[in-house]
Amino acid sequence: MSTAAESLPLPTSTLRMRRLRTHLVEIKYELLKLMRLPGYVIPTLTFPLIFYIFFGIAFGQGKVTGSTKMAAYLIATYGTFGVMGASMLGIGINLAIERGQGWLQVKRATPMPMSAFLMAKIAVAVSFGSVIVLGLFILGASFGGVRFAPAVWAQLFATLVAGTLPFCALGLTLGYWAGPNSAPAIANLIYLPLSFASGLWIPIDFLPKFVQKLALFLPPYHLSQLTLRVIGAGKGPAWAHVLALASYSVLFLLLASAGYAKDEGKTYG
Amino acid sequence: MPTQTAPRNITAAPSPTAMPLAAPARLDGVTRTFGATVALRNLSLAIDPGELVALLGPNGAGKTTAVRLLLGLCAPTSGTARVFGRDPRQAASRTRTGAMLQIGRVPETLKVREHIDAFSSYYPKPLPPRQVIETAGLAGLEDRAFGELSGGQKQRLLFALAICGNPDLLILDEPTVGLDVEARRGMWEQVRRFVRGGRSILLTTHYLEEADALADRVVVIDRGQVIAEGTPQQIKARAAGKRIRCTTAMDLETIRALPGVASVARDGVTTTILASDADLVARALILGDPNLTGLEIASAGLEDAFLALTESQKEVA
Repeated sequence: MSTAAESLPLPTSTLRMRRLRTHLVEIKYELLKLMRLPGYVIPTLTFPLIFYIFFGIAFGQGKVTGSTKMAAYLIATYGTFGVMGASMLGIGINLAIERGQGWLQVKRATPMPMSAFLMAKIAVAVSFGSVIVLGLFILGASFGGVRFAPAVWAQLFATLVAGTLPFCALGLTLGYWAGPNSAPAIANLIYLPLSFASGLWIPIDFLPKFVQKLALFLPPYHLSQLTLRVIGAGKGPAWAHVLALASYSVLFLLLASAGYAKDEGKTYG
Repeated sequence: MPTQTAPRNITAAPSPTAMPLAAPARLDGVTRTFGATVALRNLSLAIDPGELVALLGPNGAGKTTAVRLLLGLCAPTSGTARVFGRDPRQAASRTRTGAMLQIGRVPETLKVREHIDAFSSYYPKPLPPRQVIETAGLAGLEDRAFGELSGGQKQRLLFALAICGNPDLLILDEPTVGLDVEARRGMWEQVRRFVRGGRSILLTTHYLEEADALADRVVVIDRGQVIAEGTPQQIKARAAGKRIRCTTAMDLETIRALPGVASVARDGVTTTILASDADLVARALILGDPNLTGLEIASAGLEDAFLALTESQKEVA
């Protein structure tokens, strides 16, 4: 079966360079593509910042728990809200639309490595998420009177950005299961109630008891509490939050691969 | 079906320039079902190196399924699909194949130049961007976003994405559907320009004119089966017939035996004849049956030609 006259094997280093280039090019254009979509950029970037200005700065000097000021507390929760939107909505809605339009088929017919495709989606979600988090930091520090040691800022940033990953997985699940027309509605129906019930808009202690119990099952709750722990305002042990987020990531990735398999099954298998 | 009988010379060192023995694209006894629908039924098809084959058929004939099989976007229910002797899903097959699919939309905010750059990065030996842009007729549009292109220009960009990897096999699924006459001729010109490099091309279309303008060989499929195969001239001759309708008492066997009759069918009182020479058949009918009424002669068109081909297929079976 083997055809003797395939192209001569290239040195592994050349292949690796080419693969790396493919990944970088894919990331670059995924980023450009979304940056030029005002309908995506403006709500994704500005909603968390505007909410933070309303609640975090306007009521910023009130205390939430112990000595933690509202302005500091809400950086963690709106940061969670922001990275969740950038990843879940960014990946979910765009993937569903491109899948529906047949664009994914065109790409799948090329030798593009699937890893480049996925990495580009994740890199863009992480980039947008980082911009939102930095925006919140600047607002909090300049207008909310929030003061942390540099190491605390860095740890906040790292936690939130790493926290993008479970929501990237959720975005992939959405992208492979939702139809192109219903995806924006479904995504928002998950995003907004989940954010509220996880205590991202209003601190969890101010919510009714049953919502507080429900929140224990919601991934954004765990990311926000993990982030709040950095500034000494989180509940529960860190390992429990990490475990919950890791479990959700695995669950979402399994669901996403099932969706991918189902999608392929329409044409494949 | 050409069979490959050439023995492999084991002692000779493999030469990097030797042509592989495998056909650029090949479907062998492929059946593909989607639920209860049979899209392809025991279909075999092979494209030789340097050949441009048109897969011609009405909508729903199974053309797109055949294309998807060859691109590894879909697996046969039974039978095999091979590209250069390999499974089409392997990356090694995909680096040698370029495809233009029927799709709704492409991300609209990226520019022509950017789309080409992204796709070129997937292939080991892409064509220079300048050459892609010229071959696809996109010169001067490099900095336009996809969303700003006209229908014909959008198709040209999809064509550019199909050729930018410098493929040995190019698969074009209905490349001119929805285009006006001028844009269609433009697309033909681009396909011709690309063929000159000795590449193999599979093109699907439901326009006989398009198959005629471009193809070396035409394969007509309907309901998932090959119903005719030949040069464009041969297929055109079979599709050039007229449809005669009348009410006559003559029996079908007699009519079928008349010179110039391709096929005949009776539905109630109406007899429908597909004729390669309508004048001859009409004269014979009137002479053969003085009571013949309601004579109608119309141009058969491609749909009818397909129908005639399908009918004759059934009679043989």
